[in-house]
Amino acid sequence: MSAAGARAAFPANWWLRAGWACLCAYVIYAAARLDFTWERFVVGIDNGARFIGRMIPPVIAQPDSLANGLIESLQIALLASFLGIVISLPIGLLAARNLMPVWATWPARMAIALCRSFHPVIVAILFVKAVGFGAMAGILALVVASIGFIGKLFAEAIEEISLKQVEAVRATGASFMNVITYGVLPQVFTRFIGFATYQLDSNLRNSTMVGIVGAGGIGGTLFSAFQRFDYDFVAAILLSIIAMIMVGEVLAGWVRGVFLEKGKVDGD
Amino acid sequence: MATSAAPGTAIAREWRRFTPAQRLARFSVYLVLVAAVVWSARTVEIIPEFLYDAPEQMQDLLHRMWPIDFAHYPEGVHDALVDTLHIASLGTVLAVIMALPVGVLAARNVVPFAPVNYLAKLILVSSRSVNSLVWALLFVAIFGPGALAGTLAIAFRSIGFVGKLFGEALEESNAGTIEALEATGAPWLSVLAKGYWPQVEPAFWSIVLFRWDINVRESAVLGLVGAGGIGMALDTALNLFQWPRVATVLFAIFVVVIVAEVVVTQIRKRIL
Repeated sequence: MSAAGARAAFPANWWLRAGWACLCAYVIYAAARLDFTWERFVVGIDNGARFIGRMIPPVIAQPDSLANGLIESLQIALLASFLGIVISLPIGLLAARNLMPVWATWPARMAIALCRSFHPVIVAILFVKAVGFGAMAGILALVVASIGFIGKLFAEAIEEISLKQVEAVRATGASFMNVITYGVLPQVFTRFIGFATYQLDSNLRNSTMVGIVGAGGIGGTLFSAFQRFDYDFVAAILLSIIAMIMVGEVLAGWVRGVFLEKGKVDGD
Repeated sequence: MATSAAPGTAIAREWRRFTPAQRLARFSVYLVLVAAVVWSARTVEIIPEFLYDAPEQMQDLLHRMWPIDFAHYPEGVHDALVDTLHIASLGTVLAVIMALPVGVLAARNVVPFAPVNYLAKLILVSSRSVNSLVWALLFVAIFGPGALAGTLAIAFRSIGFVGKLFGEALEESNAGTIEALEATGAPWLSVLAKGYWPQVEPAFWSIVLFRWDINVRESAVLGLVGAGGIGMALDTALNLFQWPRVATVLFAIFVVVIVAEVVVTQIRKRIL
């Protein structure tokens, strides 16, 4: 990017300037296309002030449905992470190009790409149609998301291992499963803890959202409060979601600290 | 670890990888996790009757989607898809503009003033804790349905991500260069532009590209709550049970997401 060719201290970079000009032109064009106008913005600010006014103070209108929604979200996140991790480990292993033949990596990589490309909420819509409203659809949707994420990172982690240890284990005459358990898995364990906790965290975030399309959890309560214009209850739900996510984040960090001596995570 | 030797000759110095405290901590984490999963599995409300015919329902769904209605693409999907890309890109640009100052304020070595750091971190955390769909719901309530709400939702959700990673990149930059610049008497802005920026520039572009890729994915769902883009087309098709059209939309999303990922990977390879 920054070409420091001649002796001039800070030479003008015309390519860079052209790039910024293009970006500006694009922003103006795209904003015009999406119909952004100043007056919409002004009206919006006005609305926003009233909106925030109605959110304060937050009121817990239906404590039962709030508590049930949060608990259901937590259950969805836990079950989806568990199932997702269990399913994605073999798929990730199959997708590792340094251990598996091409005929095994291709289908596994395709499956991972397919799982990754759709947002969990879209997948949740499809599962709501398939298994009906409720937590099951949410769990299945987040399992798909977990397979996409953990499968990909797990495959990448395995591709980066040192093959010397694998060879050493193989040289002892170990079976394929023994090579995996003693040569491969110990090398990727710490990174695995990193993305497993990350995925649990991310599933917890998404489990509060899949309810918007009827797949269980607090999202449904949130969405219906929005539609009833109960903005003070909306504020209460949002605050409790944020609190739950932050507690989850702290716990995930603590678990990482337990397993990784330095408490440092790569792949985060 | 072998304790099977004769009791009298047991060796006292036995090598163990972890201290008892570490082992206890690990064991309790496992225990809590297993207990939590078992508790969830036993108490989650699942209607088993719905599960029995799930495979059939799934098959039926795919069957109904099958001949993908490509004829629908030019009239109903293309414009929405382009809108989605614009929402993602504009949202990213807007997010970067807002996130850079916050990221700078959050970096402890650039702004050595703890209250400001904490305030900036609070902004970043609250941006990240609210899902983009919730941001979209809020902005739809404020600005009305449409792409404006979607763009702002994407932007506000991305501030936390971009700002956090940018701030961390700044904190990791080499202090020697900065000190050299400060020794010449360079003002604060010059130190920022010529000392920090060249060091974090690769990280910056990588963060922006990464976020853009995520935003393309996320902007595809915003339409479900009325915030513009291809999600609106999906929502309409779903509400009318036009499954072949749903399949068209899903296929379009799939292609765009894959293309975006390939583009991002290629650019990252070139510039990093």
